[in-house]
Amino acid sequence: MFENVPMAFLIGGLICVIGQLIMDLTPFVVTPAHILVGYVTTGVIISAIGLYEPLVNLAGAGATVPLSGFGHALAQGAIQGVTSKGLIGAFSGGLEATATGVAIAIISGFTIATIFNPKG
Amino acid sequence: MDEQKLIDNINKRKKLLTDIQFNTDIEIQNLTEEMQKDYQRVVCLENKAQKMKRKTLRAIRKEIEEQQKLLKQYEQIRYRSMVLKVMPKVPVIKNVIAAFIVGGIICSIGQIILNAFTIKGFTDVQAAAGTSGILVFLGALLTGLGIYDELGKFAGAGSIVPITGFANSITSPALEFKREGYIYGIGAKVFVIAGPVLLYGTLASIIVGLIFFITL
Amino acid sequence: MTINKRLGKHTINFATPISISAFASVVGPLEKKGPLGDYFQYTMEDNYDGEMSWEKSEQKMMQHALEIALAKRGYLSKDLDYFLAGDLLNQIICANFTARSLGVPFFGLYGACSTLVEGLILGSIIIDGGFGERVGVAASSHHETAERQLRFPTEMVVQRPMTAQWTVTGSGAYILEKNIGDVVITQGVVGKILDMGMANASDLGSAMAPAAADTIVQYFKDTQRNPQDIDLIVTGDLGNIGRILCEELVLQQGYDISKNFSDCGVLIYDPSQDTHAGGSGCGCSASVLAGYLIPKLIEGSLNSIFIVGTGALLSPTSTQQGETIPSIAHGVVIQRK
Repeated sequence: MFENVPMAFLIGGLICVIGQLIMDLTPFVVTPAHILVGYVTTGVIISAIGLYEPLVNLAGAGATVPLSGFGHALAQGAIQGVTSKGLIGAFSGGLEATATGVAIAIISGFTIATIFNPKG
Repeated sequence: MDEQKLIDNINKRKKLLTDIQFNTDIEIQNLTEEMQKDYQRVVCLENKAQKMKRKTLRAIRKEIEEQQKLLKQYEQIRYRSMVLKVMPKVPVIKNVIAAFIVGGIICSIGQIILNAFTIKGFTDVQAAAGTSGILVFLGALLTGLGIYDELGKFAGAGSIVPITGFANSITSPALEFKREGYIYGIGAKVFVIAGPVLLYGTLASIIVGLIFFITL
Repeated sequence: MTINKRLGKHTINFATPISISAFASVVGPLEKKGPLGDYFQYTMEDNYDGEMSWEKSEQKMMQHALEIALAKRGYLSKDLDYFLAGDLLNQIICANFTARSLGVPFFGLYGACSTLVEGLILGSIIIDGGFGERVGVAASSHHETAERQLRFPTEMVVQRPMTAQWTVTGSGAYILEKNIGDVVITQGVVGKILDMGMANASDLGSAMAPAAADTIVQYFKDTQRNPQDIDLIVTGDLGNIGRILCEELVLQQGYDISKNFSDCGVLIYDPSQDTHAGGSGCGCSASVLAGYLIPKLIEGSLNSIFIVGTGALLSPTSTQQGETIPSIAHGVVIQRK
C-alpha cells in the first residue's frame, strides 16, 4: 500500500519547490493568488499538449494533489467532453470534471466559516 | 502662439533634463518652478479649448508631466541602489527545503488516501475525487482551527500549491468576512482568491476544448 | 519679548511649551511579550479582548487609552476642549467612534503612521494659539484589522517577506495643556511628502526613510542645533531596514545621528518574535512614546527626545494600480521641564 508513496513525495515536493523559487527569486511581488492561478493555467496547457498524463502515471497523487493537477483535470475534462459531446463538451467538459472538487471546497469552506472565528 | 511657446519650452528643457545629474540644486529648483508655470498655463488654456485643440493641449500637458517625473527620477534611481544594498537576503535554501518537505508530505498523505480508496475497490475516478474531497476538507478544517496559516509561514509554496492551499484560499476569506454578514461578507468574499483560479482555469480549459474540437 | 513662532520653513517653536499632563498606552498580547512589555499600562487579553470584531476591539483600545489618561488627572471627557485622533482603518472609524462616545469637539486625522505626531503638533498649536485649554490626542492600530484591510485575510497562507513589518496592536492617548506635569513639547516639525519611487507595499521602511531623513535634517537646519543637543532621536516605525537607510541619508546631509538614533518599530519587538523588519502602525509610536519614552523623560534618564512619526500614504487601491508610495514624517521635540 505504501510502495508508490516515495515517488508521490518526491514529485509533489518538487512541484511545490518550483512555486517557492518563483516567489523568492522573481523581482515581482508574487502573492498566493498569482501562484494558484499560474499553476492551474499552466497545468491546463501542459496537460493539453499531453505532458501531464505521464507525470500522473509516474507520481500519482504527487502530480494530482498540486493545483496543476486541477488544471490537468480541467483540460482532460474538456478534451473528453469534445470526444463524447462535440462542441458542447468543449464548454462543459472542464467544469464537469472538476465539479465535485469545487463543490466540496465550497461546502467545507462555508461550513467551517460558520462554525469557527478567525484567530488572527 | 501660446501653444508654440509651450512646445518651445518643452524642447528647451529636454536637453537640460538629459544630463540632470550635472545640474545644481538651484537649477533644479528653477526647472521645477518653470514647469509648474507651464503646467498652470496649459491647464487654463485647456479649459477654454474645444475638440482637436483640446487634444493637442492635453498632449502638451502630458509631456510636461513626463518631464516633471523625469526630474525626480535621478534622485529615485540613486535611492533605489542604496536600498538594494541593505535589502535582507531571502532565505531561499531554507524556504525551498521547507516547501519540498511539507509539499511532499501533503502529496504523500494524498497518495495514501488514494491507495486506500483503490484497495476498497473504488474506480480511479471515484478514488481521485474522494482523495481531493478529503484533502480539501482537511485544508478547510485546519484553516478554521488557525493552524494552516501558521504552517504556511514556514512552508510557503509547500502549503499553497497543494489542493489544501486552494481550500485555504476559499475558507480564509469566508472566515475573515463573516462579520460583514452572510451575503456581502462570506458570500461576496469567499471567491476573492479562488474566483480568479476558477475563471482562468475554466477559460483555459474551454480554449483547449475548442482547439481540440477544431483540430479533431 | 516676542518669540519667533516659526523657524525656517518647517519648524514650529511654541511660545510657551505645551505640557503633556497625562498619557496612557494600551497594547495587545504580542507587544506585552516584547522587550517593552512591562512598561505598558493596559494589555488586552487576546486580539478580541471580549469584543465581537477586531474593529470593535481596536476602537475600545483607543477609548481605554484615553480614559486611563483622563483618569490620571481626574478629568472627564467634558473637561476636554478638543479631541484629535486617527487610525489606519477606512474613514478612520476607530477615531470617529471613540469621539462619538466623548461628545467633545473633534478633528479626525489621517497621516497613516504619522497620525500621532501630527495630532501632537496640531494639539499644541491649538493650545499655543489660545483656542483651547486642554486637548486630547490619540492614535491606534490593530494587527488583524490592518491585515484584513490592507493585505490578506488573516488565516490565509502567506509567507511574509523579510522586509515586511508587523502592524502593532496598540494605542496611545495624551492630554495636552499648559503648565501641568513634568514633560513639555517645545517644538514641532511639519514634514512634506516625499516619494522616492518605491512601490513595494511589503517594504514600507525603505519607502518612508527619505521622508524621515528629510524631516530630521530640516529640523537641524531650521534650528541650527546638532544631533548631540538631543538625547534621543526616535522615528515612529521605520523598522530595521528603514532605520539603516534613514541614518545613512541623514549622514549624507552632514549630520551624524548614529549615537542617539532609534526607532519605535525596532524597540517594541524582540527579533525572536518573528516580526521580520519590526513593528509599524499608528499604535507603534503611540504606545512606545506613552509607555516607554515619556516615563524615561520623567524619571530623568533622558532629558529630551525628538520623535519623528513616519507615515506611508498608500491604499490597497493605489498599490493594485501600481502607484508608488508617497511618505510623510512629522516630528516633535519633547523634553523634561
